[in-house]
Amino acid sequence: MSDSQSTAQHGLAEHTHGSFVPLQIRSDRPSSKSVSDFEAVSPLQDLWRYLQPEQLNGLDSDVLGEYASEVSFSSTDDVEISWIESTDARVGSIGVPEDRVAAAAYTNASKTLLVEVAENAEVAQPVVVKISANHSTPSALHVFVVAKKFSKATLIVEHSGLGNLAEIIEIDVQDEAKLNIVSVQNWDNGSAHVSAHFSKLARNSYLKHSIASFGGDLVRITPVTTFTGPGAEVEMNGVYFASAGQHLENRPFVDHAAPNCKSRVTYKGALQGNKAHTVWIGDVLIRVVAEGTDTYELNRNLLLTDGARADSVPNLEIETGEIEGAGHASASGRFDDEQLFYLQARGMTVDDARRLVVLGFLVDILQRTGVEDLVESLTKVVEEKLGSY
Amino acid sequence: MATLEIKNLHVTVETDQGTKEILKGVDLTIKSGEIHAVMGPNGSGKSTLAYSIAGHPKYTVTEGEILLDGEDVLEMSVDERARAGLFLAMQYPVEIPGVSVSNFLRTAKTAITGEAPALRTWIKDVREAMDGLKIDSTFSERNVNEGFSGGEKKRHEILQLELLKPRFAILDETDSGLDVDALKIVSEGVNRAHQANDLGILMITHYTRILKYIKPNFVHVFVDGKVAEQGGAELADQLEAEGYDRYVKA
Repeated sequence: MSDSQSTAQHGLAEHTHGSFVPLQIRSDRPSSKSVSDFEAVSPLQDLWRYLQPEQLNGLDSDVLGEYASEVSFSSTDDVEISWIESTDARVGSIGVPEDRVAAAAYTNASKTLLVEVAENAEVAQPVVVKISANHSTPSALHVFVVAKKFSKATLIVEHSGLGNLAEIIEIDVQDEAKLNIVSVQNWDNGSAHVSAHFSKLARNSYLKHSIASFGGDLVRITPVTTFTGPGAEVEMNGVYFASAGQHLENRPFVDHAAPNCKSRVTYKGALQGNKAHTVWIGDVLIRVVAEGTDTYELNRNLLLTDGARADSVPNLEIETGEIEGAGHASASGRFDDEQLFYLQARGMTVDDARRLVVLGFLVDILQRTGVEDLVESLTKVVEEKLGSY
Repeated sequence: MATLEIKNLHVTVETDQGTKEILKGVDLTIKSGEIHAVMGPNGSGKSTLAYSIAGHPKYTVTEGEILLDGEDVLEMSVDERARAGLFLAMQYPVEIPGVSVSNFLRTAKTAITGEAPALRTWIKDVREAMDGLKIDSTFSERNVNEGFSGGEKKRHEILQLELLKPRFAILDETDSGLDVDALKIVSEGVNRAHQANDLGILMITHYTRILKYIKPNFVHVFVDGKVAEQGGAELADQLEAEGYDRYVKA
């Protein structure tokens, strides 16, 4: 049975959805590995309707440069990281591009960074891949992560510096594996980053997938998770904070293509300043075979000033009634006056009260990564952004 | 010795039907160490009085004064009132997602005293206050009021009362929604704060049962936005026996 609800907790205004009609159902979206199969990007296309092609800084071109020295990493006993040819059979086996920029990344990345977590390995320390650029050449990067059977690991992908990057991250979570992956976007001003994440979850596997987007003029991430075996679970979390002029877009999609799987999608964002823009499109598809599905997706946005805009659209397609539960909630709004009153009545100035509420709102998601160092460093990033408010 | 004076207080609130006067000339003076009970039927304006003293933006003071040792409270912002030594224990405290109780308490204490408390003594003070209120130690790591039961919310309010050490506390129906055990625990917390800090208390309540545990020096019967009658603790006994009918009909 489906129970779809729109709540207005914490004083956030309820969203309205109804005017938005998808051009096609999510599962019908065309895909191709070749950039030439896609038309030029236009705001008339459903996928790009919230931004102008100029904002892509050339990432939608046929020809892109390629990141290599911009990527740094070190292998461990249990996690081997290396460059392989993109002609390798594994590359493209998890996901095929569904938009022009992802196809441009696919076409132009001749090498792929392979991150392999060994079978049965239990890796305690997070593995970090750093992507740091200092030039604005529109470029491609392809990453392929495989968590082999019964493995357990945490991978952090950090993006920083000045860059224009079209990226694909494929994530292969094999039987019974547990993978915790965090993608951090902390680019300098002037950067554009468009990234397509494709994850496949095999039998009884678990994926925690988090994105944290704070820096960059344009950051657009489309994480797609597909269940290929029964009993798997995904937790997709996102946190973002857009300041004046920033466009931060997230389009998570969970494809329930196997029975008895569970998905939880939770994205929270804050916006401040003129033309701060965030977009969240959350799609969930429950296919006929996916009996026993349990899914819930939630997006909340906190608008700190005038002139900011948050678009939030949850979509749920259900092809079978034999499910555990399916629901969504979306709300965008301003500060809850009652929260501010409570904190002020405990002696905090209105500015301090606002700061505490925003930090709490966003840190809640950071904490879900379970990586303490990251929670600490990203909390500082949020505090710095708040400082300019 | 401090004094909180409320003089001829008139307060309005905006409703769908337009501006409505809720308080119609309240006079009340509380001195340090005194416990005043304000009792009255639903809709008499008891909670409005509490929120007006704390400075909730929903309420507009149209006439009258609130003075704390002669200082004009109405000129102060909500946080200035708190820092001046006023505390409101809320009837319905809100959730603050992502903000842990320990972070909240420390931030509030720092705001009230103007400097961060010394860590070691602070942790000890918090633990003792929590023990006194029979609050589990895991409570510190939970988010403020998130998923708290009614009883936990009230204990959390009194925990703040004990730790923040205000000069005057307004307790807005702190007894409502508590079972007898929780009522005892919460009352003991209020009595501790009263003794430790020579606290002046304005206790707003609908029922008389909390007066068994917290003994008032003065009882004020609140009807239709003002004090209709006042007296000592014996007035509460009379109310217990007769109810509010006499006042409502009059």
